[in-house]
Amino acid sequence: MTRNDQPWNDARMRDLMGTLLRVGVLASAILVVLGGILFFIQHPHDIFDYSIFKGEPARFRQVHLIVKEALNFRGRDIIQLGLLVLIATPVARVIFSLIGFLIEKDWVYVAITAIVLCILSLSMFSNYL
Amino acid sequence: MVTFLAILFAGALFAGFIGSLTGLGGGVVIVPLLTIGFGIDIRYAIGTSLISVIATSSGAASAYVKEGILNIRIGMFLEIATTLGAIAGAAIALFAPTHAIAVVFGFVLLYSAISSFLKRKEDRDEENLPEKKTTRIIEILKAKGTYPTANGLKKYTLEHLGGGFSVMGLAGMLSGLLGIGSGALKVIAMDSIMKIPFKVSTSTSNFMIGVTAAASAGVYLNRGYIDPVLSMPVMVGVLIGSLVGAKFLIKSQTKSIRLVFAIVITLLALEMIYNGLAKNI
Repeated sequence: MTRNDQPWNDARMRDLMGTLLRVGVLASAILVVLGGILFFIQHPHDIFDYSIFKGEPARFRQVHLIVKEALNFRGRDIIQLGLLVLIATPVARVIFSLIGFLIEKDWVYVAITAIVLCILSLSMFSNYL
Repeated sequence: MVTFLAILFAGALFAGFIGSLTGLGGGVVIVPLLTIGFGIDIRYAIGTSLISVIATSSGAASAYVKEGILNIRIGMFLEIATTLGAIAGAAIALFAPTHAIAVVFGFVLLYSAISSFLKRKEDRDEENLPEKKTTRIIEILKAKGTYPTANGLKKYTLEHLGGGFSVMGLAGMLSGLLGIGSGALKVIAMDSIMKIPFKVSTSTSNFMIGVTAAASAGVYLNRGYIDPVLSMPVMVGVLIGSLVGAKFLIKSQTKSIRLVFAIVITLLALEMIYNGLAKNI
């Protein structure tokens, strides 16, 4: 009996969760490295000063702008998309748990997971409030 | 700039290595490295550190989530506390003076360096836990579980949910304020307060770190604390460093190496406190 034939249970949920986390981190790392290479090609002589905090421009801050700007294939925008994928990976894990608890009809934990998801969304989109 | 980023990458490799070898996580070494070592503003350092915390904890969690030791339900319940705490901590960090953050960071670092070396807690796994009376709230939350030991599956039931939940909130707040995983405090909340078996506590704690850090990372991202150019070498470096550290940990359990790193971290902590008090940060 292969894994896929097993009924839905906590063990199956954990297996898929492990894969989800690995794919998320890997995808993010690939984007970050690719973006880094592009950045070195596009801006070989740029120098940044981080000793005084200035804050990032909107295109590195807001979720929808990060996604939009990444389509222009500029190095730093690709890196920032990679970082967004990384931050979204644990969030995706929570969404995945929510689906799992729904399938198990574990309503108490559907509610608990929904609360965690709300708190995470509040944080991710705090700029839009 | 290329040289600067290359040195930063090397530093991040080392930070990830020490972090996984001492069990403190990459974050606690990244912030002092960036601020004291590279003169980077602590706000950029915290944002960058959070990124590396998410990367290492998610990477590690993907490996042991399949072992079945961690308790997904209890983790999720406690994540309500850690994510709320994390957002509160990040919000405080937006207004608190940076030198005060540096001092708090130093003390937390000092505490975790000392406790990581002194208390190598033995497992209570083989101990026969007496059957406990369950309350209604424990039934509703299914706050119990089983875990595999050498003598077959052992049962456990949680205690002091309220106390554990509060300490988890504090752990989340420190994570959000300082850009660290605060895994040590999470383990204390589960192991010492809620009486969850040590192995279950450590793996569940690690599992929760990513979600906690994501909650504060969202705030930091929106406020412009997360810089792509700075994060790139640090994230990749810490990730590789911690993977190597985990391999190394299996091979050698030498106490002397742990002692050397505990001393290094203690010195970093004192440096952070000094620079914070002198308002250099």
